[in-house]
Amino acid sequence: MFGEKVAVRDLTLSVRRGEIFGFLGPNGAGKSTSIKMLLGLATPSGGEAWVLGAPAGNVEIRRKIGFLPENFRFYEWLTPAELLHLHGRLCGVPSSKLEERVPALIDLVGLTPHINKRLQNFSKGMLQRAGLAQALVHEPELIFLDEPTSGLDPLGRRMVRDIIRAQRDRGATVFLNSHILSEIEITCDQVVFIREGEVVTSRDLHAQQEEAVRVDVRAKKLSPECIEGLARWCDSAHADEERLTLTTSSRGRLPDILRYLVGSGAEVYQFTPQRMTLEELFISVMGEDRGF
Amino acid sequence: MGAWIMAGITFREAARKKILWTALLAGAGFLLVFGIGLHFQVGDLKNSAVPPFLRYQVISAMLMIGLYTVDLLAVVMTTLTSVDTIAGEITSGTIHAIATKPMDRWQILIGKWLGFVAMAAVYVALMFGGAIAEGYYIGGVLAQHPLNGVLLVFLECVVALSVTFMFGTWFSTLTSGVITLGLLGVAFLGGWLEQMSGFTEGSRLAMVGIISSLVMPSEAVWRRAAFEMESPLSGSLQFSPFSDISIPSGAMIGYAIVYLLIALGIAVYHFRERDL
Ligand SMILES: Nc1ncnc2c1ncn2[C@@H]1O[C@H](COP(=O)(O)OP(=O)(O)OP(=O)(O)O)[C@@H](O)[C@H]1O
Ligand SMILES: [Mg+2]
Repeated sequence: MFGEKVAVRDLTLSVRRGEIFGFLGPNGAGKSTSIKMLLGLATPSGGEAWVLGAPAGNVEIRRKIGFLPENFRFYEWLTPAELLHLHGRLCGVPSSKLEERVPALIDLVGLTPHINKRLQNFSKGMLQRAGLAQALVHEPELIFLDEPTSGLDPLGRRMVRDIIRAQRDRGATVFLNSHILSEIEITCDQVVFIREGEVVTSRDLHAQQEEAVRVDVRAKKLSPECIEGLARWCDSAHADEERLTLTTSSRGRLPDILRYLVGSGAEVYQFTPQRMTLEELFISVMGEDRGF
Repeated sequence: MGAWIMAGITFREAARKKILWTALLAGAGFLLVFGIGLHFQVGDLKNSAVPPFLRYQVISAMLMIGLYTVDLLAVVMTTLTSVDTIAGEITSGTIHAIATKPMDRWQILIGKWLGFVAMAAVYVALMFGGAIAEGYYIGGVLAQHPLNGVLLVFLECVVALSVTFMFGTWFSTLTSGVITLGLLGVAFLGGWLEQMSGFTEGSRLAMVGIISSLVMPSEAVWRRAAFEMESPLSGSLQFSPFSDISIPSGAMIGYAIVYLLIALGIAVYHFRERDL
């Protein structure tokens, strides 16, 4: 992609209409680059991507797409209302619609008190709010948000969450990049983890069976071979005398794991599955920080 | 449609960021100095023994120098004001929110280009109009074909603008500015060398001049403009620094137009192809 550097290698994704899709991965995993390719800002050296039924980057289809770039920056000499009018006009929204929509949007993102300020006097979080409003001004069917909560205060983060949900309820699809996993967890329908430009795993956050769990086990007669053999079902397994902690990416595998433990001669006293937070899952899937 | 919106926003940006006003203020300063200079010269000539025929030539030469200054100012201002518009927006990421709008990328580039073309037109018209009016009302001299002159200087600005845009799709603001100004410098030197070469027949120096005019035709366009505006006498008697020893032909003007269209075409092509 960038000279010799490969940012996105082999990525196969599909996002269903009307869902909130979380796109996760460590810094430099290729998330922003993937979004850029879907929007036609960057051209992939191979492969194909379809967005709303058209090849990625199709000009007409962009009318139905909203985008909040990572590190949103814009002409500093504009006021938020002028910014929204400009973006609205570029998206082909008639001025009569903009007249009513712009003040409502400014209110929605909490910028009404700053309506007459120019963007150059905006703080990072205020600019981010303006960028979010810009992505929504033409009521797009598909919205790409690259780290929408970066720089936002707790109230702002909640606002983003509410806005994202409201967009989905309106019928829009939201493609969300974020590192704040607790938020992803409560907003997204589906998440994909990528690393070094490749999909590592994906999750349907509504499916109980697919839910990742951590299991606290107390058992005697755990042989090292037995623990090694757990790798078939588990992402990680750590034994400390009689205590064994293991993680698996799917609740559905629990019976197999228990059967295996008992079958290999362990005497199991306790087997307690606990729902893993997305953050725990992220760490167990990505492994140690490899310094990306 | 998108191109017109971009043109409008570019124009408004120059006004809001006070670029336009400071450029016009600097221009007003120039016109003031030029007017005072003319006024004093006219007064001093009246009290001297210089015959009226020569007085006219001296004032005409002063007018040409004034117009040459306007020309240099206009070309440099065009480059300086426009150099950040493509390169800077790519560097800052501002372009991301623009280039994902439902318009082809050529509309962004051409729209911005049109905005700057309009600004250059306003600037050249005001400055040229001002200098020519001062020449007439204060100095009592009139340029020969002022309209041809002003159009050619405008063409020269558009050449510089298109080249600036072209480099802006490749390099950072600073690099594009340095390269474009460097090219304008080559053209400037080449133009003067070519004039000097006029003193000898079939000079090799002329070749150097012609080649630099081909690399960047801006100065050649100016020399054509000077030829159009100068009184024939003053040119041939070499009262003015722009003698008609070597006058760029109409073909050179055609070359400049093709040159700018190619630069603009490369700018559009590269801006469409590149990753943002
Ligand atoms: N403009 C660029 N020039 C060169 N390499 C780049 C450029 N932008 C990104 N990269 C490289 O591409 C890879 C993917 O970057 P990308 O911005 O897509 O990561 P990301 O997943 O969005 O990371 P983050 O979480 O930090 O935003 C990185 O290895 C990065 O070094
Ligand atoms: Mg990123």
